[in-house]
Amino acid sequence: MKKYLPLIILAILSILPLIGLSSYAMHILILVIMWAAIGMAWNLLGGYCGQVSFGHAAYFGVGAYTSGILYYKLGISPWWGMPLSIVVVSLFSLVLGFIVLRLRGPFFALATLAMGEVMRVTTENIGWLTGGTLGILIQKRTWVSKFGYYYIILLVAAGTFFLIKKLIESKLGYYFVAIREDQDAAESLGINTTLYKTIALCLSGALTGIAGAFYTNYMGYIDPHVVFALHDISIVTIMIVMVGGVATYWGPLVGAIIMVFLAELIRTIPGLGAAHQTLFGILLIVIIIFLPNGIVGDFAKIKKIFKQEAPRNELN
Amino acid sequence: MLEIKNIDVCYGDVQVVWDVSFDVKKGEVVALVGANGAGKSTNLKTISGILRPKKGHIVFEGNPIHTVEPFRLNEIGIAHVPEARRLFVEMTVDENLDMGSLKGAAKKEREKSREMVFDLFPRLKERRKQLTGTLSGGEQQMAAVARGLMSKPRLLMFDEPSLGLSPILVREIFNVIKKIRKEGVTVLIVEQNVQQTLSLADRAYVLENGRITLSGTGRELLVNDHVKTAYLGV
Repeated sequence: MKKYLPLIILAILSILPLIGLSSYAMHILILVIMWAAIGMAWNLLGGYCGQVSFGHAAYFGVGAYTSGILYYKLGISPWWGMPLSIVVVSLFSLVLGFIVLRLRGPFFALATLAMGEVMRVTTENIGWLTGGTLGILIQKRTWVSKFGYYYIILLVAAGTFFLIKKLIESKLGYYFVAIREDQDAAESLGINTTLYKTIALCLSGALTGIAGAFYTNYMGYIDPHVVFALHDISIVTIMIVMVGGVATYWGPLVGAIIMVFLAELIRTIPGLGAAHQTLFGILLIVIIIFLPNGIVGDFAKIKKIFKQEAPRNELN
Repeated sequence: MLEIKNIDVCYGDVQVVWDVSFDVKKGEVVALVGANGAGKSTNLKTISGILRPKKGHIVFEGNPIHTVEPFRLNEIGIAHVPEARRLFVEMTVDENLDMGSLKGAAKKEREKSREMVFDLFPRLKERRKQLTGTLSGGEQQMAAVARGLMSKPRLLMFDEPSLGLSPILVREIFNVIKKIRKEGVTVLIVEQNVQQTLSLADRAYVLENGRITLSGTGRELLVNDHVKTAYLGV
């Protein structure tokens, strides 16, 4: 049963749109799946390899702008940005990794955070290529209905899931975990830590970049403040994985479901909507204190709480 | 087998090791002893390539190794059992041992080496499926030594193997070091536990403030007046 769980969930997600959901519900589903894919990509680097990145917006944004610039400067369909972003973002990650992977722990986190911001400011200032703060508008969207977009992002997310699962169960996965647990010890046992950290960074970046390219096609409009946002992309990515469960296969999906629905829910409350970031912060504090391994990671703990409560109810 | 020639090591601008030279011959147990902050661990870390000497050479079996990337030393035949164990705590004992034998000949003979280390540490065999983070301090030290042995090293370096262990366990670990040496592995050991280390070592060097101040056979140093007053408290 457990072995087939990914296929069962994939099957359910594939037939879900056929039951006739509203356009709004489809939009929410697309967001959930897109964020799950980004969360999985972050989880590879931050969860398994232990390199906590605060700048995944950089990869997301470069992916998004790869699509955008293809359309804006060359007049090519932005869908070509999805395959092309793999190459562009991998190369970008390689260069970025050369700088940030020399650092460890909090210094790595700060450097990645800075890189995200550097990318935003740079994109704002090279208007001839990126359209600057005006952003890029895709004037004609491919489809009005959301079906096509849904299945494309589902394909991307499923591909990401199976790729990461395969990687983590291979020798590479052991190397990643060893680097997370103790980099010096891993190095002394003969693991080329620089090489494997670079592999993790490039894969994680490229997978995030594909999601970014999808975003351009789906939303039809990007600007530097949206796709390179520290709070709306980088931090939300980390929160999704933290809430769902760091270094678990299903954590990012569970986290994405909770975060997207929560964001939508809070936004509809009058007067509170603007404060959704604050509530995210409070949620994160609660999760760190009570479920430090996230909902999937601490699932046994959650089950225990409910089991303890059951007999008490019978007494009443 | 291993020669350290006039090395200087710095942390940033602070120089910790000053012009240190010593050598380890094949089949010997050599000890570096000294107080806290004398530069013992720094010396070991420099040999394993985690730190780089500012000046001087480190030569292993005729080849300079101070410019070799640290992850290659394992293949060359040097294993490091680091201070405070540094196990992969979220992996099982078996997985930690696998991590110790990733390359070349060590990988081919993994199962044989595993039998060998389980002979040395029967306790680990009982706990092979347990996460190493849940082992006791002594068992963790055993696992760390076992992981070092899995790469079939010719030189095994111990950094403070007695750290945080009860006297009985310390004796057990030292007995294992004797057995390892009988297998033909050369041992370099860094310790604060001067009495036991000196009685085990063929030769020893005393480090003070980053310089070697005394050297000799273990026995000689045990009766040396300076060592007696400074380290043995008699």
